[in-house]
Amino acid sequence: MTETLAADSPGLTPALREAPPIPPFSKRTKFSAFRSLLLRDMSVLDKDLREFLPNTLVQPILLVFTLTYVFPEIGQGIGAGGNGGEARFATLLLGGMVAQAIIFSGIFRVALPVAREFDVTSEIEDRVLAPISVNLIAIERIVAGALQSFFAGLVVFPIAAFLPVTPIYVAVDWPILITVSFLVCFTSSAIGLTVGTRFDPRLVPPLASFVALPLAFLGCIFFTWNSLTPVLWLKYAVLINPLVYMSEGFRAALTEGVPIMPLPIIYGSLTGFTVLFTILGVTGFKKRVLS
Amino acid sequence: MTPNSESPTPSGSTATSNSEAPSSHAGPSSEARLPEAQAAPSEEIIRTEGLKKVYPGAEGQDDLTAVNGLDLLVHKGEIFGLLGPNGAGKTTTVGMLTTRVIPTAGKAFVGGVDVVAEPARAKHRIGVVNQANTLDRSLTVSENLYFHARYFGMNAKAANAATEEALERFKLVGRRKSEVRTLSGGMGRRLMVARAIMHRPAVLFLDEPTAGLDPQSRLALWDIVGELHDDGQTILLTTHYMEEADRFCNRVAIIDHGQILALDTPAKLKESADVRHDSASAAKAKLARLRALARVTEGEKLDDALQLADDDSPSESTADGDAFEGVTLESVFIELTGRDLRE
Repeated sequence: MTETLAADSPGLTPALREAPPIPPFSKRTKFSAFRSLLLRDMSVLDKDLREFLPNTLVQPILLVFTLTYVFPEIGQGIGAGGNGGEARFATLLLGGMVAQAIIFSGIFRVALPVAREFDVTSEIEDRVLAPISVNLIAIERIVAGALQSFFAGLVVFPIAAFLPVTPIYVAVDWPILITVSFLVCFTSSAIGLTVGTRFDPRLVPPLASFVALPLAFLGCIFFTWNSLTPVLWLKYAVLINPLVYMSEGFRAALTEGVPIMPLPIIYGSLTGFTVLFTILGVTGFKKRVLS
Repeated sequence: MTPNSESPTPSGSTATSNSEAPSSHAGPSSEARLPEAQAAPSEEIIRTEGLKKVYPGAEGQDDLTAVNGLDLLVHKGEIFGLLGPNGAGKTTTVGMLTTRVIPTAGKAFVGGVDVVAEPARAKHRIGVVNQANTLDRSLTVSENLYFHARYFGMNAKAANAATEEALERFKLVGRRKSEVRTLSGGMGRRLMVARAIMHRPAVLFLDEPTAGLDPQSRLALWDIVGELHDDGQTILLTTHYMEEADRFCNRVAIIDHGQILALDTPAKLKESADVRHDSASAAKAKLARLRALARVTEGEKLDDALQLADDDSPSESTADGDAFEGVTLESVFIELTGRDLRE
């Protein structure tokens, strides 16, 4: 991706006296506009890599390091109870870590920029005036956010997979991994667009941080959904949290030996959340653009 | 104050108007109807018909009618000014023409495209420079241009070429790699104009183009606007700087409360105001001016004029705009709206 972008970015072509003609408006216009908007967002991500990587990596590194390296080393195991409990914990943490990296990328790297661009800087104007419908501009934003989220998941995976001192039972189920990744990335980005467009822009940064905490701690990152049975009310209460299905979905895709919730529920819920937040995000975006 | 002698030649491009009416008879109203922009039929770039926007009021408050039945016609190559105080409906009008505000009623066409029915196609035909700095802060100066060209369908090579051309033309070559937040206000506005015309829009919208600029940048920007005008670029601008509207616009619509109060060339507007002020001008000049007024004002104001005209059997003659010095567009505005522009 990066190489394509570098080749595409403005270089030192000698100036032409005659500017090249603009292609007339046609059915292709919206495709080229969509692609170019995506190109813009990806090139910004490429530039922001120095900011993107630490943001994405610091939390997972610290969590994985503390929980699955330091704790076992100092004999303060989590998921202990002997008999490979620690290894099971590190294994179940893998899916959770990837899921949380993706959802937070969606929330922080879509919601915050969108809120800012609409409010303080109005810098979204030029993109909003691209010759393409506002719906598609919003969808583009979701796609761009989903791609960013995917990268976030990708960089977190090796940390969660290789940093722990205890062995992790990685077993990739590719069809599940691909479908779950797709749904999780889109849901996360759509949630980001929803938060970024439907709340007062000044509230978005505190809101994002506020929402992030319960989302993370009750998102089945550190425990499986099944293991909540002793606290039954919580087991059902957390079902409103999309991160639950994301964590469980990645567990199904990446690991084995960890009991997870039934796949149809994971797929059904993730699909539902994707549709719901895409609608909320796109209509929220439209409300911001049009009056 | 040097009225020309009889001069039946077509009115020039600037502030010609009628004055001094010798007694010789001429066709009573032959010259009294052609504002210059309509003199030659030309392609219409903007047309609105009964354009209206009502914003629903918040709880317990009345609805706000921002634009109330606006009929506008802007021709190719014109610089058309919307002049009015804050809240007059200028920005809402521009918003509707640029697809951002959905009209409550009426129609709007830009470059022949219905902006409500086909917003994406309409966006292809317009360039917009907002009052606020809307440059993409995540991109450099040249990238702002480059990606804009890409949004409008240029491939990488063409977009690079167009970027280079724009950088050179707008004297931004030295700043190509700069972050846009480091640009001065004037330079930022220049980049926004460069960006807005990259896709050769049928009409360029400039919303308060010089607001917040220092005098030097303001002049520089008007130079650019003048150049674009020379190239045939149609421009619709909003402003509350009278002197700018006066100097640079071919025609001006004075609007308030969402309605057009007067619409004509700046010279004609000033001329009509002078008449209404009923100042100590010579009676003959007053008569001729009233005849000019008949073109732009409403029926009841016409009554006086007709009365006088009958008395004197005026004939065709012209005087240059100097005859009305002292009348500014600002005084026209205050007279029409009953309030100061900057209120």
